[in-house]
Amino acid sequence: MGGTPTDLKLIDENGRRLDGRLPDEMRPLRIEAGVLKRADGSAYVEWGNNKVLAAVYGPRECHPRHAQNPTRALVQCHYNMAAFSVDDRKRPGPDRRSQEISKIISEALTHVVFTEYFPRASIDVYIEVLQANAGTRCAGLTAASVALADAGIPMRDMVASCAAGKVANTVVLDLGKEEDNFGQADIPVGYVPRTDEIVLLQMDGDLTLDEYKKGLTMAVEACKNIHEIQRDALRRRYQAKSMEAPAAEPAPAQQEGA
Amino acid sequence: MADLKRDHIAKLLSKGVRADGRKFDEMRQLNIQTNYIRSAEGSARVQLGNTDVVVGIKLIVGAPFGDTPNTGVLTTNAELIPMASETFESGPPDRESIEISRVVDRGIREGHAVDMTKLCIEPGKEVWIMFLDVHVIDYDGNLFDAANIGANAALKTAVVPAKRAGKGEDYPMPVQHTPISLTAVKIGEHILVDPTHDEERVADARLTVTLLENGNLCAMQKGLSGAFSMDEVFRIIDMSKKLGAEVRSKI
Repeated sequence: MGGTPTDLKLIDENGRRLDGRLPDEMRPLRIEAGVLKRADGSAYVEWGNNKVLAAVYGPRECHPRHAQNPTRALVQCHYNMAAFSVDDRKRPGPDRRSQEISKIISEALTHVVFTEYFPRASIDVYIEVLQANAGTRCAGLTAASVALADAGIPMRDMVASCAAGKVANTVVLDLGKEEDNFGQADIPVGYVPRTDEIVLLQMDGDLTLDEYKKGLTMAVEACKNIHEIQRDALRRRYQAKSMEAPAAEPAPAQQEGA
Repeated sequence: MADLKRDHIAKLLSKGVRADGRKFDEMRQLNIQTNYIRSAEGSARVQLGNTDVVVGIKLIVGAPFGDTPNTGVLTTNAELIPMASETFESGPPDRESIEISRVVDRGIREGHAVDMTKLCIEPGKEVWIMFLDVHVIDYDGNLFDAANIGANAALKTAVVPAKRAGKGEDYPMPVQHTPISLTAVKIGEHILVDPTHDEERVADARLTVTLLENGNLCAMQKGLSGAFSMDEVFRIIDMSKKLGAEVRSKI
């Protein structure tokens, strides 16, 4: 972020972006549920050139024990980037960026999980970025929600996530890698369609209030579409499996205190 | 215990009052003392109510990053030391302190508080590496804003120690903007700014909004497991604009 000078023309005279998209157009998104055998739930997201896996284990006993909550389950997310997921090899292990992302994704997911059903337990969510091309936290959160639903964890709804931003003085949806590197602002958003709530929100760069409002609205609208794709992934998974087990759609709408 | 406290705070809020008598959009008393640490190139001690932080700036000569050969390097760190609160532990930084340091860093960096190109000594070879360290010594909530205010105040009074390093004459830190953050929490349906520790403990969601002098946004971070509506986000941006201007005038 921060508008590093570049000769790259991020938006051409026809208003098209580097990959030909219009400002409010998202990269192609494909989601598959139940892609891993061992995990209790899993999902794979291919979003533009991002490849992200999410796996869920639990509810299970929470370690370390002092972290247990006697009244609720703990939703613990671990976001990790593979060493080969970026151009310059990433040193393996948690860095500060991934720890921050893990924290805010844990918090966003905690909001939708009925954690009160599993006191003292831990629900562990592992997000593995195999190939990164900007927007991996949004892809990770989107995948994690599907994986939680696939694991049969009772939830108010799935969180959908998408970023908006600003490149070449234009508010755009879902920044690509060059746009992220040389753009002027980035606003990742996590949104719960059923309750119309924002559960993840960050921003960096430089935006007027009007640009910000436009970007946030754009991201929220995109999240509604992403939510359909998430639901479709679950539907495809459980229609195919309908002879084996009852469908594990997210828990029915039940308005409870946030 | 937490439930009792939560009920008490919620009951007060429904009557429109906070435990310490403040209005919902009122910050605590702010005290700033700059040049507090002689051994630092810039420093400030900030008291925001009973929250007390010391921010120190140190500079060393080092190599720039390959993709930014003409700019200095900013590194921000926050230490939540055990003396400040029974909830802080010694050891490597946990997720909480990482989040605080990254949010403070984002405000200073994305708000272009310092003209980093003026921290270049020899392009591609030598630049100033600036360490911005936040030391929390007494914790009563809202470390995000106390640290942000401390960082801005410390930068304003910092001097680049060129003479000591044999790189010419000392010069003042090239500060060009003052990005001020405002943090608000949501408890039930209520939005309150500058939360105390007790308010933070029962809060559902938290939002930190960092604005520039011209009202533009430069950084934002939502935290905790609650949620905001879009209107609530816009309301907090408005509060940030008003209160941030007051804070800025005191730095």
